[in-house]
Amino acid sequence: MENFDVIIIGGGPAGLSAAISAAQAGMKTVVIERGDYPGTKNVMGGILYTKATDMVVPEFWKEAPLERPIIEQRIAMLSGDESIMAGYRDPAWGTEPYNAHSIFRVKFDRWLAQQAEKAGVMIIPETIVEDLLYKGDDVVGVRTGRAEGDLGAKVVIIAEGVNNFIAVKAGLAKPLRPESVAVTAKEVIALPKEKIEDRFCLEEGQGATIELYGDSTAGMMGVGFIYTNKESISIGVGAILQPFIRNNWTPNDLLENLKSKPYVKRLLQGGEIKEYLSHLIPEGGYTQVPKLHRQGVMVVGDTAMLMNSLNREGSNLAMISGKIAGEVAAQAIKAGDVSDHAMSVYETRLRDSFVLKDLHHYRHMGKFFEEKPHLLKVYPKLFNKAAKMYLTADGTPKKERQKEIIKMAFENRSKGGIIKDIYGAWRALL
Amino acid sequence: MTVAVDKTKCIGCGACVVECPVEALDLIDGLAVVDPSKCEDHGKCVLVCPTNALAIPNQSPKAKEELDPKAGSEFNINDPQPDAIKDYAQDNDKKTIRAQVTPVAGGDVWSGVWVIIEYTNGKVAPVSWELLGEGRKLADAIGCGLSGVITGHQIDSVIPEAFAYGAEKVYVIDNPILKDYRTEPYAEAITSLVQKYQPEIVLMGATSMGRDVFPAIATKLQTGLTADCTVLGIDPETKLLQQTRPAFGGNIMATILCRTRRPQMATVRPRVMAMPERVDGREGELIQEEFTLSESDFRTKVLEFINTDAKSAFLDKAEIIVAVGLGLAAKRNMAIAEELADVLGATLAGSRGAVEAGWLNHDQQVGQSGVTVRPKVYIAIGISGAIQHLVGMETSDFIIAINNDPEAAIHKVANYGIVGDLFQIVPALTAEFKKRLQHGVAN
Amino acid sequence: MNFVVCLKQVPDTSEVRIDPVTNTLMREGVPSIINPYDAHGLEEAIRLKEKMGGKVTIVSMGPPQAKEALKKAMTYGADRAILLSDRAFGGSDSLATAYILSMALQKIHETEPIDLVFAGKEAIDGDTAQTGPGIAQRLGFPQLTYAIKVRELTDTTVTVERKTESGRQIVQAQLPALLTVEKELNDLRYASLPNMMKAAAYEPEVWDAKTLPFDVKQMGLKGSPTSVSRIFAPPGRSGGEIFDATKDPASIAATVVQKLFQSNIIMVNPLAKGGKR
Repeated sequence: MENFDVIIIGGGPAGLSAAISAAQAGMKTVVIERGDYPGTKNVMGGILYTKATDMVVPEFWKEAPLERPIIEQRIAMLSGDESIMAGYRDPAWGTEPYNAHSIFRVKFDRWLAQQAEKAGVMIIPETIVEDLLYKGDDVVGVRTGRAEGDLGAKVVIIAEGVNNFIAVKAGLAKPLRPESVAVTAKEVIALPKEKIEDRFCLEEGQGATIELYGDSTAGMMGVGFIYTNKESISIGVGAILQPFIRNNWTPNDLLENLKSKPYVKRLLQGGEIKEYLSHLIPEGGYTQVPKLHRQGVMVVGDTAMLMNSLNREGSNLAMISGKIAGEVAAQAIKAGDVSDHAMSVYETRLRDSFVLKDLHHYRHMGKFFEEKPHLLKVYPKLFNKAAKMYLTADGTPKKERQKEIIKMAFENRSKGGIIKDIYGAWRALL
Repeated sequence: MTVAVDKTKCIGCGACVVECPVEALDLIDGLAVVDPSKCEDHGKCVLVCPTNALAIPNQSPKAKEELDPKAGSEFNINDPQPDAIKDYAQDNDKKTIRAQVTPVAGGDVWSGVWVIIEYTNGKVAPVSWELLGEGRKLADAIGCGLSGVITGHQIDSVIPEAFAYGAEKVYVIDNPILKDYRTEPYAEAITSLVQKYQPEIVLMGATSMGRDVFPAIATKLQTGLTADCTVLGIDPETKLLQQTRPAFGGNIMATILCRTRRPQMATVRPRVMAMPERVDGREGELIQEEFTLSESDFRTKVLEFINTDAKSAFLDKAEIIVAVGLGLAAKRNMAIAEELADVLGATLAGSRGAVEAGWLNHDQQVGQSGVTVRPKVYIAIGISGAIQHLVGMETSDFIIAINNDPEAAIHKVANYGIVGDLFQIVPALTAEFKKRLQHGVAN
Repeated sequence: MNFVVCLKQVPDTSEVRIDPVTNTLMREGVPSIINPYDAHGLEEAIRLKEKMGGKVTIVSMGPPQAKEALKKAMTYGADRAILLSDRAFGGSDSLATAYILSMALQKIHETEPIDLVFAGKEAIDGDTAQTGPGIAQRLGFPQLTYAIKVRELTDTTVTVERKTESGRQIVQAQLPALLTVEKELNDLRYASLPNMMKAAAYEPEVWDAKTLPFDVKQMGLKGSPTSVSRIFAPPGRSGGEIFDATKDPASIAATVVQKLFQSNIIMVNPLAKGGKR
């Protein structure tokens, strides 16, 4: 049996970041990946944040396969055929240091894996880890699905993604529940770059994102998104799994619903579908973060439920958690102590970083939306109606119109109800 | 000024590199790259580029005359000769390309169309006759003769048939060493004939034999070979053989030329070219050659031949095919397809999905990685029509598709597309056919 | 026994498309794989090595990225992998490709005489089935194509079952010989973890145009007699008729069958009785 210092289960951004930081600290490191190569099984909306990635691979933007730097983020609220829009644009985001880029995971993860290999990491693809290996209570390695498949290690980092089989087997996490995972469907639609830049009012090479609330998810708890790539648009929609099961919908139904919206349709017009992807996203939030460590083991990325769904940040939390875990593993191994206590440094450092701080900040959000399913139905409609009344020029004096709007609002949702919603939102989000 | 390359269009075929008179182009990492210090804007590369990826800036791209992909096979002998052919026939100066040809074995008179007639186990592969039909059109377009070549043992009965299907001359090597097919002696025999008589085009069926012996011969002759052609034609200007074949798993068609060496060799898929009319009693010139090598010259021997009688072995020759796809949902539902096939006397086949699901054997798979079929009637049940499947059956004479998705690709190639529930439609069709066929079999 | 396997990295052709409007090849994001037939050749070589001892060397020609296919191929348990990669090789057709590969095999043969060469029956991106026989001819080895079974391998001969349209031919050839193989030959293995690790750490040798005394006139575009003059999307069929049988399948079926007989697409042959085979 071959022995390593660190074994990492899973070659996504979290696992590869962990591998890079461990190998850079001189650890003999191996990544075991299910797919043909890192990236093949990996899916996300498609936005990569600069700061976290820069911490793992400094100035990655000079080499990594990126699509477009994002200079504008819009938020749209859809109700039937109507929509309200808000947005923020800063052309400075189009230059160094960028804020975020659109990417394709297959290309990016592969590139990140090459950086890991350069740092001395061994990557073993097409191999499934079946379980951890124990000696007494101590974790001493992993068992893979291949012949002669045992590998020894001082520290194992679990970065297996949202499907947390190994973390569950190790007694660190609970199996996924339908109310704490979202399912996302996404399509990549090819369009000439000139058309993309015209439709989104972009300078050459720049990118934009749109988040769509309200009817984009047919009232389910979730969000739709549109991201610009070099010569394609990624469009997707995600929502908590449970209502899908209840309503007998497929993620594809939801995506088709979004694509049929007048505003969205026009953005995609003439494009050709190149790819269809679907994936689960951990949405449990702070309260469902599993046990993050034990003797010889740390849990990172999606497996650790490190996902800020409101700001749709995930890959950056994954990469930071991986980086920290890799560093902690190296320190512990060098000190000759891989006890639970030594591993707990990882959790402490996560708590000090934005990763767990953000999650803690939004800890009531899941429950808030769960308890108020009407929010994503009533308010988009109400806002759209209000905007329409306010903006329609039909000779009504504006003062009277404003009164009508307020009256309309309270007809849709009682005064007390609105106040409760605002208070709830304030507690959950601010 | 320099030629501009549109990298999104460039397929890296290298036609421009060959064409450029000043060697200003090169292929780097699969894409054409121009050396601006050498480029003199001749524009030859722009004209030859198959994907219009090249352009000389500030010069409107000349509209390229699109080649008709069916030029050869649709050629009608009774049509008046195009001017180019008349020119050629009158020995005008259209032979430039031929003059440039590097002769491989002395002499420089490469003339005539040859078809290698495949004769094994006492049977002639029908594609041989199809190729005599196609070869006739090519020979007429060039203005040259058409010959058949038979190598084997005790092949006398085949000679009159070759004449009947249109050969003007028949070359024969008859020797006991050639009794069973083996690459070495067959390659030697055919190569010796080609070197001696120098045909400009040599064709054979893309059968397991054609695809085995032709690469060996082409290597011996150091000439170009295009495998698996589905369309042949003659360029009216240059008289070059236009060899069109599916590439990239049938997702695209490519027309290939062999510009500078002779002969031009191609294998052609069976059942793609039409069977010519057989005229019994037609006669021609018979040329018999000796086979000069002996058994000790060869390092292979055939120990045994096991005839396989699987239905699927004849899939490519079936007249009516009932093919199933994943729409059938489960193996037990095969029964409704089997019943239809039974009533029609059809052969069962399937898509890759159906084969991988274990409903059918691998050799019953129609399509890119399976068999190419061209039956009179092809009935596709629950097949969506992935391009890999379509390339294997779209030349069928008549296609009937049954699929519940009106947008399914199979309906776009079908003569009759029936939209609806196959579990109701197929049994209904079976019942209707049964009624009409109770006094005979389908034909 | 000294085995050599010729292997090609190919795009997964099930994912290649042509843009019907611009007539260009859409290559974006098409994954690369080991040509499936070649993998079965490799598997057979490894099995024979395990049985009889010896060495398996993989030889491939392609761009530098093809190293990945070679690394993957090493997971089967091969001993050595050589990638022939040089810009001067680019644009080679099957004649020139066979020349380049045969030069490499010749080089191996000089120091370690080859007994058996394996290649796939064809590559799925080109479907030409020419490179294997081309190599055999240039090396002067007998070729046995479409092999579906290796019946026997001795020190001097190999006996193989070949697939043909009408049956199976059992052929014996003197060694050294070259086989091109079908998928039926064997089932691919699931590599062991030690082999996976060996492959992950293995760096294939790269030979370029200067490694061997190549004749530049025989390789690349200059050495390729054939060239592509045009590519286009396969023509579609037009003028089809669509029947909506969602409501009344029985009467639509009757209509369709009636039309088929009326237009003589299906006819009754009265000579043969009974509608069965």
